[in-house]
Amino acid sequence: MNATFRPAGDLFSELNRLQSVLDQLFRPAERSSIRALTGASFPVINVGTTPDTIEVMALAPGLDPAGLQLSIDRGLLVISGERKSELPEMGDNISVYAQERFAGNFRRVVSLPDEADPGKVDATYRDGILRITVAKRESSRPRRIEVS
Amino acid sequence: MSSELQTSERNMPKQMSDEQAGNQPFIVPPVDVFEDESGITLLADLPGVSRDRLGVRVDGESLLLEATASTAQPENMQLIYGEAQYPSYRRQFTLSRELDASRIEASLKDGVLKLAIPKLEEAKPRRIDVRVG
Repeated sequence: MNATFRPAGDLFSELNRLQSVLDQLFRPAERSSIRALTGASFPVINVGTTPDTIEVMALAPGLDPAGLQLSIDRGLLVISGERKSELPEMGDNISVYAQERFAGNFRRVVSLPDEADPGKVDATYRDGILRITVAKRESSRPRRIEVS
Repeated sequence: MSSELQTSERNMPKQMSDEQAGNQPFIVPPVDVFEDESGITLLADLPGVSRDRLGVRVDGESLLLEATASTAQPENMQLIYGEAQYPSYRRQFTLSRELDASRIEASLKDGVLKLAIPKLEEAKPRRIDVRVG
């Protein structure tokens, strides 16, 4: 790790370098999915399972549902769309003090487990959370086997 | 703004102790802040927050946003991959004197909070005519 601090002049590149050092330090040690690597991402995603379904929750506030695209192709769930900046056009009398919210095009990919049934997908958008429910295949659901 | 935020985070355990929230970790939500002639507009990303779970409090010159997201997930769900972990949001700002804290308008839509903080009438910019005498 290169620990020298070059004197100011380019503060932002120093901050970016610091960020990448921190990313390195906190990189997950355990084995992770090849599509689940850390990085700046919008929307933030949680994935969970229930006995009958696979639940994907994307925290995507302030989206127009019409501009949101969802697709499933060969076991990959793709969430993409655009979030427009709500900041006004720069004018004479407008000062912008903070611009931390994401704006622009986004695309996130989740690889679904084998038991997902791409034919049975349900998606709802409420309070800025996109919730996608993918049913599991009938054959993969846990079932009881009677012993005769 | 960042220095004020740090102060507020350092004071957090004291301020939080009187609330049921306890010492739970929280997310500092990202915001956009801009100012025009009529006042300051603040937009904050609060996904999963409905109106009854949002608190906007003004105490003197301090503006506090507190919210809890509904997890919106089935009871028997088992998390297998999680990027978002804490369902509570909290962020504090210091208002300045020329803002009219009593007339703040708040609206929440699709998880985005919009606060319109108007300026006091006397603080609005005026054109001053120069008389040629």
